[in-house]
Parts: sequence; C-alpha cells; structure tokens
Amino acid sequence: MKKEIRICGFGGQGVILSGFIIGKAAAVFMDYNAVQSQSYGPEARGGAARSEVIISDEKIGYPRPTGVDLLVAMSQESFDTYRDDLNKDTKIVIDPDLVPKHDIGRPVYKVQAQKIAEELGNKIVTNIVMVGASMAIFGLIDEEAVKKAVLDSVPKRFLELNEKAYQKGVEAGKNALKKI
Amino acid sequence: MVYKRDPKKIREVLGNKVQFLLGDMACVYGGLLAGVSFFGGYPITPASEVAEGMARMLPRVGGTYIQMEDEIGSIAAVIGAAWGGAKSMTATSGPGFSLMMENYGFAVMTETPCVIVNVQRTGPSTGQPTLGAQGDMMQARYGTHGDLEALAFAPSTVQECLDLTIEAFNLSEKYRNPVCVMTDGEMGHLRERIVIPDEKDLKLINRVEATISKNKYIPFTNSQTVKGSKVPDFPTFGIGYHTYVTGLTHNEKGFPATDKQKDHERLVKRITEKITDDADKLVKVEKFNLDDADTVFVTYGASARPAETAMEIARSKGKKVGLLTLKIVWPFPEKIVAKLAKQVDKIIVPEMNLGQIYHPVREAACGNCEVEVAPKIGGEMHLPVELLKYLGVK
Repeated sequence: MKKEIRICGFGGQGVILSGFIIGKAAAVFMDYNAVQSQSYGPEARGGAARSEVIISDEKIGYPRPTGVDLLVAMSQESFDTYRDDLNKDTKIVIDPDLVPKHDIGRPVYKVQAQKIAEELGNKIVTNIVMVGASMAIFGLIDEEAVKKAVLDSVPKRFLELNEKAYQKGVEAGKNALKKI
Repeated sequence: MVYKRDPKKIREVLGNKVQFLLGDMACVYGGLLAGVSFFGGYPITPASEVAEGMARMLPRVGGTYIQMEDEIGSIAAVIGAAWGGAKSMTATSGPGFSLMMENYGFAVMTETPCVIVNVQRTGPSTGQPTLGAQGDMMQARYGTHGDLEALAFAPSTVQECLDLTIEAFNLSEKYRNPVCVMTDGEMGHLRERIVIPDEKDLKLINRVEATISKNKYIPFTNSQTVKGSKVPDFPTFGIGYHTYVTGLTHNEKGFPATDKQKDHERLVKRITEKITDDADKLVKVEKFNLDDADTVFVTYGASARPAETAMEIARSKGKKVGLLTLKIVWPFPEKIVAKLAKQVDKIIVPEMNLGQIYHPVREAACGNCEVEVAPKIGGEMHLPVELLKYLGVK
C-alpha cells in the first residue's frame, strides 16, 4: 500500500503544517512509513505553496509523489497550478469559498473550512479544519491518530481552538462524503 | 566554564523518542547527542534550520550558539572553540562552504576536530537557494589547497542525517580532522520518522587529551598515549601545555619549519596517513541485490532514493539490477567498487550534478566494466522513470 497526498494553498495558510500533521499521524501515531516534502516560493506569504505526504506500509524510496491519491486545495491559484498529475481515482477536496472555479467535470468534495474556522473565532485554523475534513474523507489514518498529531503540533495556548477546529473538520468531511 | 555532556538534559530538550522530523533538524539532534557544545554559524537556505535549531536547543543543554558575521568567521570560531575543548560544529550551504575553504584547510593542517554540515544547493555561486544539489562533493575533497585526506558522509534518509552527524563527530574526534556531512536541500527539507537512539546504544568517541608530563610533551607527532596511532594527543588550551598552532608547515614541536622539506613531508604524510591507513575500516556502504546483479547503481545521499525505487521497478520486470549506496563518500571505498566492477557489466552513477563521484567510480572500476553517469541538475532529484531509461526499462 502506498498513498500520495498533496495539500496546496497560498503561503501563510499552513499547508506545510497540514502535511506535517498528516505525516506525523501516520509515522508516529500509527505504524506506517511516511515522508513529507514541500515546495514554496521565496515569498513569506502569498504565492502557491504545496506540501506532499507519502504514506506506505513499506520502505519509501523516491520521496516525492509520482501520482496523487488525494488533492486538498485551499486557493484558486494552487488548485489551477497543482492538479496536472491527477488520476481517475484521485479524491479532490476543496474549500468552495477559496476555490470558486472548481467545476472541472468530475466530483469534488466541498468543505467550507475557512467559514467554519471563522465561526470558531479565528480563520488561522482553516488548515486544521481541512486536515480533519480531508482525513475523514480519505479514510486511511485513524481519527484518533490525526487528533493526537494535531494536538502535538500546535502551540499549547491554542490547543482548545485547534481541537474544536479538528472536530468540526471531521464532521464537515463526513457530511461532504454523503453528498457524493 | 567546561561543558559537561548531560544525557538527561539533552533528552529532555530533544523530546519524544520517536518523532516526525526535518532533515536539517536531525543534524541538530545528532550534534546534541554527540555532545556538541559550540555552534558558530551564519544562516543560509537550505541550511538555516540547522542554525535555528541549534540557537533554540544548544543553550538549553549548556552549550554556546554564536551567529557570526559570515561563514569565514563561523568556521574560525568553530576551530577556536575546538581548541578550547569543545566539540564544535557549523552548518552552511554551497556559497558558505566556498567561503570556509581556507579555514577548512587550516583545520586539516592544525589537526582540529570539527564538523561541517553542508546542506548542498545548486551552484555555481548563489544558484538556486531553496533547491537541492550534490555539486559540492568534489569541493569537500579538493576544495582547499594542498594535500589532504577528506572525511565526508552523505545521508540518504532523515534518520541518517541524525546517525551520521554523530558518526561525523566520532571521526573528527578520532582523527583530529574536520569532517563534512554532505546533505542537500532535498534531504534537509524532508520530514521522516526518526528514532532517537538510547544512551546505552550510543558509541561516542572523544579526542585523546594530552596527559604526558610537560617536559616530554611533543604536540605534533604520533600519539604519546595510544601506541601506533598517528593522531597526536590533544593539548586543550588552558590545561597547561604550551602549544604553537599554525597553518604554516610546522615541525613536531609545532614551530614553523617552512624551508624544511623533511618536516613538511613528515607532517603532511602523517596527517594523510592517519586516515588512509584506516581506509578499510572507514568503509560504510549499504548493499542491495548485488549478488546476482549485472547492472548496479552506485550512488549516495538523496540520489539513492530514486535509485532504490528504480531498482525495485526494474527487478519486478526481471532485470538484474543492484544498488550500492555510499554512506561515507570520502575516503572513497575504492576496493569495494573495484571488486564490484569485476562482477558486473555496468555501473550507473546517478548524481545531482554533472558527474563528480562518477570520476572516482570510473577510476576504481579501471576499465573492468562500463561506467556511466546519470546526471540531474536544476534543483530536482531524478525521477525513478528517468533512471529506468538508463536500464533500458520502459
């Protein structure tokens, strides 16, 4: 088993952290091998950024994806830039408010992650909502393992907010699953 | 103030035994576990996380972090700290490594133990700052002037970034020579699972300190403590020995002997032979499927990753392909490659440069098999399919 995940958005949204959390959930809190790589422009904020995770039950040689099983997009620019190597089974998860032009003639899972984060009081946790939602949709990693990885990776003073964001994300993901 | 390595405190600062860690940070962990107590550096992408990690963690275990004015100052401070008794370290990338070359030679000539992590990026010059390359492999060997033997590791996993940094400290202490950890932007910015080795499994080597009575003490000669060792005992500044330390050719007492052929020959032969004498012991390679292989990848560092995948794909299609991954690149494992060349039809050398380690491979193969370089530049590692083409696999 080998699964390849790409999370993309604009710089500053926390896409690298999202990949880190998913990789950590798989490699530390479950018994998989995982590799996380990233690429981003020289800008501190803005520009298209992506974070990629490979999860496998075998040793991972080449550490970058060669196909994508799950694409998570949190900005239009990154959605347009980073979806060239999808296959017919790739699951696509987007935030429709951030990726308004997502009609590409195939089903996409829609999660209003930013809106949910704003309702929780801080849109900074949009990425954590998305981690919860996309992992619920993808289904490879145990819910509890991802939660542990979230709580292990965010600043201590924001534990509660992130836990809520994760939980709301999981719910939103389960709802999105029902719609396709 | 003398630094005392405190395993409990180090482990407290490093945290959980199993982590999902960045390659650059694994070099920090390796250094701390080895007992580094001084880091002098200047931030540079993609090596900045090493400095960042050290700045955050080293003071917490009682060590010293200094951000110097540039890389020349950094390596100079690292050399000075080593003479003050510290295990010392710096980290940089190509442009900084170039600036360090003069004092790298000074460290070799003065037999100063220290570790230089080079998270390679593309060059020449400032090149592609955020992207990986393996273009400094020859620089680690021949970048500074004069005759010397280099010691250099090349990790190809994040765990190896940690393990081989510890090993680098061990060799630098054992041979009193600078040791390079030649990682790259791909490895440095990759995250993988690491397991922090238990204290009981750590094998740490510390330099042999001079203990002989002061009137019998000779600073630059074979060890006066360890029989048969060509590595002089270390007279840490402040313990009472008077030692003149110079990059000029020096006699056994350490004083300049710049017009003496015999003194120069004796000195440089000793500082090279202390390493070449042990060349067989210094071999560190990983072998995959070599027994029945007719074609073999010989590679190192990040390039070993796509090579391993390509080998597996080729094997699944019935091709007899093997892989030899070099963990220590310098000294070059000449005998192993020479033996391999007699056994196989072809050696392919994937590198993220236009062909560097290809040259010692070809030299060792000595015409006994075909040797081809598989170069890739521009800041990306090879795709496995690109390597499959060299095997004639579609």
